[in-house]
Amino acid sequence: MKKILISNGQIIDPANKIEQIGNIYIADGKILAVNEQLSDFTADISINAVDNIVCPGFIDLSARLRDPGQSYKGTIASETKAAASAGVTSLCLPADTSPVIDTVAVTELIADKSEKANYNQVYPIGALTQGLAGTELSSMHALKEAGCIAVSNATIPLASLLVARRAMEYASSHDLLVMYHPNVPSLSNNGCAHEGVFATRYGLPGIPEASESIAVAQYLELAELTGCRLHFSQISSRRSAIKIQQAKKYGLKVSADVAIHQLHLTENDIEPFNSSYHVLPPFRTKKDQQSLRESLANGTIDIICSDHQPHDRDAKLGAFPETEPGISSLETLLPLTLRLVHDNAITLSQGIAALTQNPAMTLGIQSGTLSPGLAADICIFDPSLSWTINHDSWKSAGCNTPFWGQTLKGRITHTLQSGKIIYTL
Amino acid sequence: MKNLQLNTEGKLKHFLSIDGLNKEILTEILDTAESFSSMSEQRVKKVPLLRGKTIVNLFFENSTRTRTTFELAATRLSADVLSMNIATSATSKGESLLDTIRNLEAMHVDMFVVRHAISGAGHFIAQNTAPHISVINAGDGQHAHPTQAMLDMFTIRQHKHDFSELKVAIIGDILHSRVARSQIQALNTLGTKEVRVIAPKTLLPSHVESLGVSAFNTLEEGLKGVDVVIMLRLQKERMTSALLPSEREYFKCFGLTEERLKLAKSNAIVMHPGPINRGVEIESSIADGPQSVILQQVSNGIAVRMAIMSLTMQSNGEPL
Repeated sequence: MKKILISNGQIIDPANKIEQIGNIYIADGKILAVNEQLSDFTADISINAVDNIVCPGFIDLSARLRDPGQSYKGTIASETKAAASAGVTSLCLPADTSPVIDTVAVTELIADKSEKANYNQVYPIGALTQGLAGTELSSMHALKEAGCIAVSNATIPLASLLVARRAMEYASSHDLLVMYHPNVPSLSNNGCAHEGVFATRYGLPGIPEASESIAVAQYLELAELTGCRLHFSQISSRRSAIKIQQAKKYGLKVSADVAIHQLHLTENDIEPFNSSYHVLPPFRTKKDQQSLRESLANGTIDIICSDHQPHDRDAKLGAFPETEPGISSLETLLPLTLRLVHDNAITLSQGIAALTQNPAMTLGIQSGTLSPGLAADICIFDPSLSWTINHDSWKSAGCNTPFWGQTLKGRITHTLQSGKIIYTL
Repeated sequence: MKNLQLNTEGKLKHFLSIDGLNKEILTEILDTAESFSSMSEQRVKKVPLLRGKTIVNLFFENSTRTRTTFELAATRLSADVLSMNIATSATSKGESLLDTIRNLEAMHVDMFVVRHAISGAGHFIAQNTAPHISVINAGDGQHAHPTQAMLDMFTIRQHKHDFSELKVAIIGDILHSRVARSQIQALNTLGTKEVRVIAPKTLLPSHVESLGVSAFNTLEEGLKGVDVVIMLRLQKERMTSALLPSEREYFKCFGLTEERLKLAKSNAIVMHPGPINRGVEIESSIADGPQSVILQQVSNGIAVRMAIMSLTMQSNGEPL
C-alpha cells in the first residue's frame, strides 16, 4: 500500500483537540503520525494541503443509496461516488432498501456491491422488525454478526409501543444501537408540510410539531425502561430538542442528529408547490431552526447527517403532496456545514465534530479522528472554494435538491478511505 | 420567484390562485365580467371573442355546477369546448397527469380548465404545459378555487359597492375549503375592512390569522354587525373523522337560522358556493329568503368565468 504525506494543511481533529497547521503521514492504510517530523518517511504520494483543511473523513448516519431495489433512483456505485466527493468515508444505509435489510443475505449483497464500487465503509442498518412490518422482531443478532451497525425501522411506524419496548429490550440485549425517526403517524396524518403559515396558505395537509415531540417523549420513556441505547434520527422541532436536552441532563444515554438542510431552510423558504422542498420531517419555523442550531452548538444534538435521499425525475414530477419526499444531500453536507460556521451558529471545530467524532461515538466505531494507528479516513477541503451545483459538478444520480443552481462555498479536494485516495477534485 | 400566473407584461396568463394578484387585476376581472353580465339577457347570448379556440375542461374531480358554468362561459365566447371527466384515485401519479396533459397538448388546444383533488395540481400543469396554453384552476385540493372567489366578489360588489366599508364573515369548514382560502385572499386584496372566519377549532387551520382574518369559535360573536355572510358547505365525511360529533350539533352551534341572522346588519346578504345542505349549515327559509343571493352567485359565475377566460387568452398570444 502506498505511503502518503499530506503536508501543510490546517489539521482539525476535534477528538484529539488538534487545530494547527501540520503534516499527516499515512502508511499501510493507517495514520502513522500527525504533526511530527518523520525523517525516514518517503512518500509515494504527496498532497500539498496548504490553505486547505484536513480533518477526519465524515461519517454519515443516514444516506439512502437506493440499492438494492431502486436502481432507477441511484445505485451503490453512483451514490458512494457522491459520498466520496462529499468527504464522507463511512455511511449508514437505512434498512428500507428493497428487499429490506432484515436478512444476512441482503447485508452481504450490500457488502459485495460496495466492494465492487471500491467504497468499503457502507454500514447497513438492520431492520428492527421483519420486513419493517412493525410487528415481529428481526433476527438482530444475525444481522449484527453480518455487519449491521444498528437497528431501526426506518421511517415506518411500529405496530405498538409494546413492539417498540420489546424491540428495544432485545436490541439492548445484543448491545445494538436503536435508531428511531420520531413520528406519531396518526398525528402527522399523511401531511406533507409543517402545520403552519405555509401549509395554511397553500392548503397543504399539515404535520404538527407534536407528531414528532410526542414520539420523542414516548421513546425517551422507553429508553429509560429498557436501558436501550437510543438515537433519534433527523429531529426537526424545538420541542423535540428541549425534551432530548432534559433527558441528557437527567443522564439518559441518548443521542440525536439533524439533517443538514433543516439547519438552513424553514417553511418560509419553500417556493410554492416546488417539490424539491418536499421533505420529511418537513421544514419548520424560523424558531425551530434557531433552536436546532442552538441545540447543535450546546451539544443537545450531537450529529449532523445528510439524510441523503436521491430520487428519479418522475418521483418529483407532480403536484406537491403527490411527490415523494426527500432531498439529495450528500454533496451539500460540507458547504452547508461551513455556512453554519459562517453564520456564527457553531465553530468549525464543532461542525467537524458533528460530522466525525460524534457519529463515531454514537455508532461505537474506532473512527472519526486522526489518532495514529487508526485507519486513514481523511478528507481535505478548500473552505473558500466556490462551486455551482449543476450537472457538471453533481455526482449523485438524484438531482432533487432545493439548492440546485446555487453557488456554495467549500469543496472537498481529496478523500481518503483507509489510506486509499477515493476522490480528488 | 416570479408569479407563474402573469406574463412578462404583468398580464394574466394563467388563473391559478388569487395569491399574488393585485387589486388592479382583480378589479379588471370584475369590470370585464360586468360587461359580459348583461349579455345573458340578450336574445343572442354569444360574442366571437374566442372563436377558433379550443378549451378543454379537465375534471379529475366531479362537479356538475362548476363544469357547466365553465362550458357555458366558453360557449358564449364562441370557443370549442371539450369536457373530460377523468375518474381518478387520489393517489394517481404526476406522470399520468402529465401524460394526459401532453396528449391533449398534441391536439393543439388553447386552454385547460382543471379541477383536481390535490393542492397544487393547477400550478403543476401550468409549469409543465406548452407556453401557448392558459391554465385556469377550477379548484385544486384544499388550495384554491379562484373563479368561485371572483364570482363571489362580483356578487358582493353588485350589492355592496365599496369593499373598504365591509365586514364579511365566512362560516364553516375553513380548514378543508379551497373556496374560503381564495375568498379570504380576494377580500383582503380588494381592501375589505374586516374578514372573519367562524368555526370550531377542528375546522380552522393552524395560524389562520396569518391569512389576514379574525377567528371566532361561536356564531353569535362572529356574526355581529357583518355586511356579508358566507356559508360553506359541510362535507358529510367530517362527522366520521372526529372533526365534528354530528350534523345536528353542528347546526345547533353553527347553522344559520333566522334568529341568528338578525345579529348581522339588517341589509346583510347571505351567500353560499353551493350545493347547499339545507338544515345542516343553513335554514331553508334563509336560503330561499330575501337576503339570499345564492342563485345570483350561480348566474354571475358565467360572466366572471367569461371574463377570466377572455383575459387570460388575450394576454396569451395574438390580440383577439
